[in-house]
Amino acid sequence: MNFPYSFPLTRAFSLYLGQIAFLVGESFSSILLGRIRWRLVLNQIVEIGFGSQAVVIITGIFTGAVFTAQIFFQFNALNMSSAVGPVVSIALCRELGPVLTGLMVAGRVGAAICAEIGTMRVTQQIDALRALAVHPIDYLVVPRAVAMMISMPLLVGECIFFALTASYYVATRILNVNSVFFLQHMWFYTHTKDMVMALTKGFVFALIVVFVGCQQGLTTSNGAVGVGRSTTEAVVISSLTILMINFFLTMGLNIIFPAGGKL
Amino acid sequence: MISAGDNLIEVRNLRQSFSGQEILRGVNLDIPRGETTVLLGQSGGGKSVFLRQLIGLIHPLSGSIKIDGEEIAHLDERQLEPIRRKIGMLFQDGALFDSMTVFENVAFPLRERGERSEKIVWEKVARSLELVSLEGQDQKMPSNLSGGMRKRAALARAIITEPACILYDEPTAGLDPIVSDTINKLIRRMQSQLKVTSIVVTHDMISTNYIADRVALLREGRIHFDGSLADLHNSTDPVITDFIEGRSHEID
Ligand SMILES: Nc1ncnc2c1ncn2[C@@H]1O[C@H](COP(=O)(O)OP(=O)(O)OP(=O)(O)O)[C@@H](O)[C@H]1O
Ligand SMILES: [Mg+2]
Repeated sequence: MNFPYSFPLTRAFSLYLGQIAFLVGESFSSILLGRIRWRLVLNQIVEIGFGSQAVVIITGIFTGAVFTAQIFFQFNALNMSSAVGPVVSIALCRELGPVLTGLMVAGRVGAAICAEIGTMRVTQQIDALRALAVHPIDYLVVPRAVAMMISMPLLVGECIFFALTASYYVATRILNVNSVFFLQHMWFYTHTKDMVMALTKGFVFALIVVFVGCQQGLTTSNGAVGVGRSTTEAVVISSLTILMINFFLTMGLNIIFPAGGKL
Repeated sequence: MISAGDNLIEVRNLRQSFSGQEILRGVNLDIPRGETTVLLGQSGGGKSVFLRQLIGLIHPLSGSIKIDGEEIAHLDERQLEPIRRKIGMLFQDGALFDSMTVFENVAFPLRERGERSEKIVWEKVARSLELVSLEGQDQKMPSNLSGGMRKRAALARAIITEPACILYDEPTAGLDPIVSDTINKLIRRMQSQLKVTSIVVTHDMISTNYIADRVALLREGRIHFDGSLADLHNSTDPVITDFIEGRSHEID
């Protein structure tokens, strides 16, 4: 299972994709066959979902606040300050909320997953699991994957909620936008489909973080240095993948849930 | 001569190499059912690799491993599970789960095999820990145990499901003579009372003399000697006498 760095880049890349595909396939077949240890899933929801809230809330509040201020400065000059609410809300639902939550969770959870599984690998605890006839994918990957798929959409929703709340306070209390205008316009131009898009993206980013983290962890070698290296790689790879996949998701989802409407 | 049906494990022409370095160069070994086989060999000679291959943790480069008549060399992870349930393994450095207490570690195999009654789990764990003289240590974390205690906790985990076959990787290394003796007696008792088939990798000749029904010596990737304990001691082969008496050929 060692990653062949000496191979030409394209070959190494397709090998890596193959390994990820194998991991995803095995995990989903375990999930579909009902090999889910719910007690571990709950532990992981507490660890991953509950524990990430502070990070996600703070990210949401300050992103919402600063974005509102910038949009206001630009729009107010054009006498369009009543458009601040909808612009902020749509940007947060469609892009900023899911992407920033994804990146923060990649840093916090992806790193933790990779470091934990990587340490288990280099200290032979994974082999001990296998020797006890417990499949590492069933025991380690599946609970984390299920927990992430449940937690991540909720975290994205939470991020957006706090961002919009902060946006409301900044706009109405600091920048003196009319609060009825702000709320009415925001409400009028933000649709369920924008929220669905946010949660869909959150779900996809959850899969990226969890499978990249697990894959890096399971292929860790070379002791403490190796754990450090694969943890860094897990965060870098999952963050970059989130940013790249996000573009394609936006293009794809925009066909299903076109932006705008109800004008 | 033992007939084929009496062997729990039959290994034929087993080869393994890591990055071009040949570790096992065609190992042939039969492990008779219900006996304790001690595997001797120099450090770095591939004994741990051999044990790992027997439960499919490493896939052999070539060769055949039959357990209970079933060829396992080509099986995948899920197909190996029923075979692994029959075999307990004590890893050389314990490989305890370091995020669990000693109790949870020892209870792990039972719970994973579906034991729901906490009372039975508790009783079995207590008895297992008692067998390895670790009473009262069950709430400690592995990182807070001494090396020898860690090894014994791992042994308690390996035997708790009462497997038909147990692979021990240096069970007495790093233990004081008294505790070593406890472990030796435990291995002997498992053989005599439960008819467990054991393979014990060790460097400890006191232990070997106490527990071995048969002894095999792994040398340069092959089985150099394979016979009874008496055969070992009666041997005039200089390789074997040097090994038993612990003589190197370095000049003082
Ligand atoms: N995963 C691996 N990758 C590369 N080389 C390995 C691997 N596992 C073992 N080796 C090599 O195989 C050889 C045999 O190792 P092994 O651990 O089996 O020795 P041993 O006989 O158990 O020694 P000791 O008595 O010191 O425990 C060593 O040279 C080791 O470096
Ligand atoms: Mg060894």
